[in-house]
Amino acid sequence: MKTFSQGIHPPYSKKETEDKPIVEASVPSRVIIPLHQHTGASCDPLVKVGDEVYEGQLIGNSDKFISASVHASISGKVTKINTYPHPCGVDVLSVVIERQTVQCLRSNASFGPSKEPFSRTRSHRGEEQRSARGVANVKSFSEVAPEEIRKIVREAGIVGLGGAAFPTAVKLSPPKDKKIDTIIINGCECEPYITADHRIMLESGKDIILGAKLAAKAVGATRIIIGVEDNKRDAIKKLKLEIRTQPEEGMYDGLEVVVLETKYPQGAEKMLIKALINREVPSRGLPLDVGIVVLNVGTCVAIAQAFKFGTPLIKRIVTVTGPGIAEPKNLCVRIGTSFSDVIAQCGGMIDAATRIIMGGPMMGVSQSLLDVPVVKATSAILVLGKNDKLVDDSFPCIKCARCIEHCPMYLMPTRLAALSENSKFMEFDRLNGADCIECGACAYVCPSRIPIVQWIKLAKFKVRQIK
Amino acid sequence: MSYLISPAPHLKEKTNVPHLMRLVILALLPAAIAGVYFFGFRALFLIITCMITAVASEFVMNKLMKREVTIRDGSAALTGLLLALCISPSLPFYAAILGTIFAIVVGKQIFGGLGYNIFNPALIGRAFLAAAFPVAMTSWVAPGAWRSLEAISSATPLGLMKFGGEMTSYSELLIGNVSGCIGETSALLLLLGGLFLVWKKVINWRIPVSYLGSVAVLSGIFWLINPAEYPDPIFALLSGGLMLGAWFMLTDLVTSPFTSKGIWIFGICAGILVVVIRLFSGLPEGVMYSILIMNAFVPLIDRYTRPKVFGTRKK
Repeated sequence: MKTFSQGIHPPYSKKETEDKPIVEASVPSRVIIPLHQHTGASCDPLVKVGDEVYEGQLIGNSDKFISASVHASISGKVTKINTYPHPCGVDVLSVVIERQTVQCLRSNASFGPSKEPFSRTRSHRGEEQRSARGVANVKSFSEVAPEEIRKIVREAGIVGLGGAAFPTAVKLSPPKDKKIDTIIINGCECEPYITADHRIMLESGKDIILGAKLAAKAVGATRIIIGVEDNKRDAIKKLKLEIRTQPEEGMYDGLEVVVLETKYPQGAEKMLIKALINREVPSRGLPLDVGIVVLNVGTCVAIAQAFKFGTPLIKRIVTVTGPGIAEPKNLCVRIGTSFSDVIAQCGGMIDAATRIIMGGPMMGVSQSLLDVPVVKATSAILVLGKNDKLVDDSFPCIKCARCIEHCPMYLMPTRLAALSENSKFMEFDRLNGADCIECGACAYVCPSRIPIVQWIKLAKFKVRQIK
Repeated sequence: MSYLISPAPHLKEKTNVPHLMRLVILALLPAAIAGVYFFGFRALFLIITCMITAVASEFVMNKLMKREVTIRDGSAALTGLLLALCISPSLPFYAAILGTIFAIVVGKQIFGGLGYNIFNPALIGRAFLAAAFPVAMTSWVAPGAWRSLEAISSATPLGLMKFGGEMTSYSELLIGNVSGCIGETSALLLLLGGLFLVWKKVINWRIPVSYLGSVAVLSGIFWLINPAEYPDPIFALLSGGLMLGAWFMLTDLVTSPFTSKGIWIFGICAGILVVVIRLFSGLPEGVMYSILIMNAFVPLIDRYTRPKVFGTRKK
């Protein structure tokens, strides 16, 4: 079975939610929508306090190339525009919308193929609504031009939904000199606990394939590979079936599903590319340097939805799980819904809950507050219990080399951490510390419990400052 | 309400430093018990003395250097045990105490404590004893002699071989029914302890394999050239402190190289040193010096065997 070298095998703990179908979360009465939910430039607000907005309305935008626009996830009235805590740990300018019935007939002319306002709730996967809404001016797959696909993706505010939240339109606009031949669809979901992508693959296989084909068309790629870890056999079966029964229009020959070993961090772009087609992204480089664009399965679904219905990215699938959650679920949540609201819909927290994490246990961000909003990067809300030890004694490095044995990037994590600790940032850079993907495999295996990833993150930041 | 935050990753493997140290001590117990069986309660008291002295020295050094007390990590106790296992069962107690203090203070603490030492602390202690008490460190007693009232002095299998050309049977070497240091005689029990550590992933299997392999190959070559003069490779593997050194001392995490490539170089060179010292120097045994010398080369080996970072390798 294909995989990359080194890496780790943490306990996966996916049983709780992997068989639970995605459920639509209730519409919140209030949302806090940060204007910066992606890698790149912040958006400027396009609305004022007191404005009435409708679901799907563009409320934040930026002129910068690397950015992603932000839309209202519910219809209502803008009550505040202020900085609010963001789940990534900083305060971010956000738009607060209180839900109310909005009589809105404005046309959302700025966005996409659809000319209709987003005045009503649309289901996450509503094929039937195409005819109901009579979107006559949506182009078919064969008619749509690469430039139009990029425009749709950009206007829908789509970002990578695997967790990194990199603007997808940017990925689909490679520089002229980089020829993209392959689109890789990431269905690994190697983080323990999370099952959002697993459910998406089971429930939205058609949209994944449509989204992937659109992305391939946008960049002129001839091949699409969907990589899935072997702990999701049902998803692999489902996707293979979808490929066999793909619609006549846009039939794609170079489309395959490849089974990968279940190993962390299999879903890291560089590891995935290495495992699937044995290309090595150069140091400090990007997948497009080896002719690849990697998209998460959820991102593909978002592209397909934007293409079919003009739906901007205002909802995402969130796995709410962990030993501290009463009823773990996979929910389809509107961006801006508070964590406490989402957790309440999963039976609340049980007494033993000790820590709240956005994302998976390996790379997720620990939360001190529950009133932070779900953002585009929120793949999971993980609540750990009292058995998940909070503080551990740390010891000096005993040079056991476990971190080196497991680092998928072949770095020397212990050395990099020591250089960071001693402020030797230039030496850190010389040893390619910038290539660290922050997967946390080193800290996971470290018997001295050294916060290796944090030292490396600090040094990466310092090196960027110096340069 | 606000929740406690912690840095990612939020999942960690169960193993930690004290756990690793405890596993190594556990793996050494069979050989230590065999040492007590062959060399009597004096051996047991030596082991206890060294362990207590090691922990006490570490504690005093922590206090003197105004650092956090580190005796709970188990590394000092392990150093004491390892030193006790590689000294003669007839060594005076005051010498054992001095050797242990030297191991902890000079071998470990002045470098900065656990993780910062260049040399294996127990072997630094042993090297000190070999220099300061050369006669006591090479006065051996016959195994089982403690049960009779008079102490019978004896020679180690390597000494018998080197100075008298006399062979010891493999079965005696395996069981450990020979003279030697307290914990080095039973090759079989040391091997079992070592395999346990490999199974538990505490030590890197490449270290004993490369070390023992190069000793076997090189002494095999000499044996084939002149079987009358040189001992056979099986004798070379089972005698002296080789098993103790291969599984428990050369494998010391702190003083061995980082990468597999580095470890092969380290182990093979150490094996060559053992054979050269055993066959061509005035000493019957060369395990201690082979390990200490190779410890000194670890920073250099690490420097030249750095892993090639992903994306910088030529395709």
